[in-house]
Amino acid sequence: MEIARPYVAAFSARFLLMLQYRAAAIAGFLTQCWWGAIKIMVYAAFYRASSPSTHPAMTLAQVATYTWLNQGLLALMPWGCDPEVALAMRTGVVMYDRLRPVDAYAYWYARAAAFMTSRALPRAILMVLVTGVGMRLLGFRELSWAPPPNAAQSALFVLSLVLMVSLSSAFMMLLNIGVVVTLNDRWVSQSMNPLLVVLSGSLVPLALYPDWAQRALFVQPFAGVVDIPFRIYSGNLAGVPAYQGLALQLFWTVVLVLVGRMWMEHVMRRLEVQGG
Amino acid sequence: MPQIIVERLAKSYFVSERQAGALGALKGLIRRRRRRIDALADVSFSLERGELLGFIGPNGAGKSTTIKILSGILRPDAGRVEVDGLVPYEDRIRHVARIGVVFGQRTQLWWDLPVIDGFDLLRDIYRVDRAQYARSRDELVAMLRLDRLLDQPVRQLSLGQRMRAEIAAALLHSPSILFLDEPTIGLDAPSKLAVREFVKRLNRERGVTVLLTTHDMHDIDALAERVIVIGHGRVLADGTFDSLRAQIAAENPDEIDESPLAIEEVIARFYHLHGATEA
Amino acid sequence: MNAIRLLIRYGSASIRAQMQYPFNAIMLGIGQFTATMIDMIAIWALFARFGALDGWRLGDIAMFFGLVSVSFSIADFLSRGFDVLGAEFIKTGQLDRLLLRPRTMTLQLVGNDMRLSRFGRTAQGLLVLAIGTVNLHFDWTIAKVAIALWTLAGGVALFFGLMVIQGAISFWTVESLEAMNVLTYGGVQAAQFPLSIYARWFRTFLIFVVPIGCVAYFPVLALLGKPDPLGTPAWFFLVSPLAGFAFLGVSFVAWGLGLGKYTSTGS
Repeated sequence: MEIARPYVAAFSARFLLMLQYRAAAIAGFLTQCWWGAIKIMVYAAFYRASSPSTHPAMTLAQVATYTWLNQGLLALMPWGCDPEVALAMRTGVVMYDRLRPVDAYAYWYARAAAFMTSRALPRAILMVLVTGVGMRLLGFRELSWAPPPNAAQSALFVLSLVLMVSLSSAFMMLLNIGVVVTLNDRWVSQSMNPLLVVLSGSLVPLALYPDWAQRALFVQPFAGVVDIPFRIYSGNLAGVPAYQGLALQLFWTVVLVLVGRMWMEHVMRRLEVQGG
Repeated sequence: MPQIIVERLAKSYFVSERQAGALGALKGLIRRRRRRIDALADVSFSLERGELLGFIGPNGAGKSTTIKILSGILRPDAGRVEVDGLVPYEDRIRHVARIGVVFGQRTQLWWDLPVIDGFDLLRDIYRVDRAQYARSRDELVAMLRLDRLLDQPVRQLSLGQRMRAEIAAALLHSPSILFLDEPTIGLDAPSKLAVREFVKRLNRERGVTVLLTTHDMHDIDALAERVIVIGHGRVLADGTFDSLRAQIAAENPDEIDESPLAIEEVIARFYHLHGATEA
Repeated sequence: MNAIRLLIRYGSASIRAQMQYPFNAIMLGIGQFTATMIDMIAIWALFARFGALDGWRLGDIAMFFGLVSVSFSIADFLSRGFDVLGAEFIKTGQLDRLLLRPRTMTLQLVGNDMRLSRFGRTAQGLLVLAIGTVNLHFDWTIAKVAIALWTLAGGVALFFGLMVIQGAISFWTVESLEAMNVLTYGGVQAAQFPLSIYARWFRTFLIFVVPIGCVAYFPVLALLGKPDPLGTPAWFFLVSPLAGFAFLGVSFVAWGLGLGKYTSTGS
């Protein structure tokens, strides 16, 4: 597929580069384990101490799995702009991407997806091994990374995961374009973080927020980045709600991609006029 | 009693190597290969108070390593070093209070602060008596023509201006020794002349001992009577520049010497003679 | 020019440099404040959903959290030099320039870049303490203020020590120091909640290895006038911040080793 070649090349070059950072892989993993452990211990304390009348929509085991999934796949979230875009912007080579015979949005999109997945993969594997296999062997079943309850949920999860990456990349593209517009990578990169952390379910699973907020929390775009895929995984979202979740992920991905493309076109045209 | 004594200095580094390709990257996750580099094998020389010494040699020959050891920021593997009676790396704080060091193309001044603010801060760091500081600051500003630059943040200066400010900064505490590591690199012609003029005056009129490393042979020509050539971590020559030239001529008796060889020619041939090419 | 006065000089130089970009400095501070306040949203949501936690109220949690935030932010303000040692000093060779100055490395590193934005977290800590005060109808007597200040001192020592260790580690590997973030940011995170809710091995770690519990949990129990559900004697509560200082001492031993290694092998 000749059309895909440049994007595949971009993906694999970046992936190989990221594999080199050995110490980063191990240190990052330790960080994730620690964060996850603390959060789960806090949740466990609340669950233990609570009366049955509070009936949260998720069990403690589901919350634990959710937390490990979140930590393991943390790199799949749009934490900031693609560092390569920031670098290109600082050194002034943004226009070079326009000189290549490729669709700039798709090219950057592929690079963003590669950046995120290459960082996520080693950690996710390690995380599954330690908190999935290791913890169960050591007798911490309830708080471990449990497998999906059945094959149907697994299939839905795979789908949701793909949509999660797509949605996340679309968010990252918005940040990338924002960086090109404002010429400032730090602000733009961090501008979305508070919203992202709270609304994606990364801070606390959305189901644990007050009941009156549940509807709104479910339909907003960030839910598809963490909450929806992970709840599908543990079967917390099954049947119709699961399909609704998938549909929402798809919907927001399409919306953000369209908005991103239009915005990028506009920005690039202005850059051309200004001389890059 | 020489001010600077260097005897049989030796120093090696270990460098880890990365392997190419995907398989190499995965292997790199498990084990790294290391290579040993002998930066200094056996270096000896001494400097009297008030001398001006030029230190030349191909890249990787050991010049920077020697300067670092003399400054006290690096420990040698073997050998003896003494500067003004102190062993630099053992008495760091006392030793560095007496020396000034200038690295080419790098500045120790604070990027966002006006030059004069950086100078004032250095005065506090070096604990210079205020009256003394005012005198040496004013002198240096006059000699290096910095008066119009004093209020500008360092980031706004050109490389030549920055280098002049840098040299002043290194001398605010009136050290008796000045190390210069490639001070004229990247400078335009007038700036180079200014730096050379200043260093010459500093050495001749103030008696500041100067050790200068450089690739620019015109620096050597203008300043140094004595030259040490370093190659492969050893001293290849130690004497006047003319004696170097005579050595080259002696090695090539057949060559018809109509005009004296250009300085770079002399040096390049000298390196070649001793197999001292870039590491 | 003794050390304290030089530090003040360094501080004013740092601030002047930051004030060249006032917008940036303000935004960074606001960013810090927001990012750290978010944890209160989690705490609030969990208390709203579950109602209680083993006899601890929201206000108690706020006290733990607020004090730890303030001590960490102060240590953060003082230790940036150690934090960026690898990237800004070792990699660039600037460390050599620090070695060429007749001052201790610690003094120079503390004075290097004192960022006002860190006080965004301090503000957050103070706000959280205010929330706790209101929630508990807390009465700040002189004695209680003294306990709080003593707790803060121990906390600053501990967190500063963690950054010194991070700096020491960067002499060996310049690549990734995320592991240290586990202990600093992770430590602040863990200290939000009373140690009694954590698993035993974790509690032991937080008391004897990286004694964050000693600069948050125990002294705040004294502040709140509550006993330790796990039975630690009350006299220990006020003594425990000393552990922060002991930790600081250990960290400087590691620092000395790292610096020794650097001056032996160059960069």
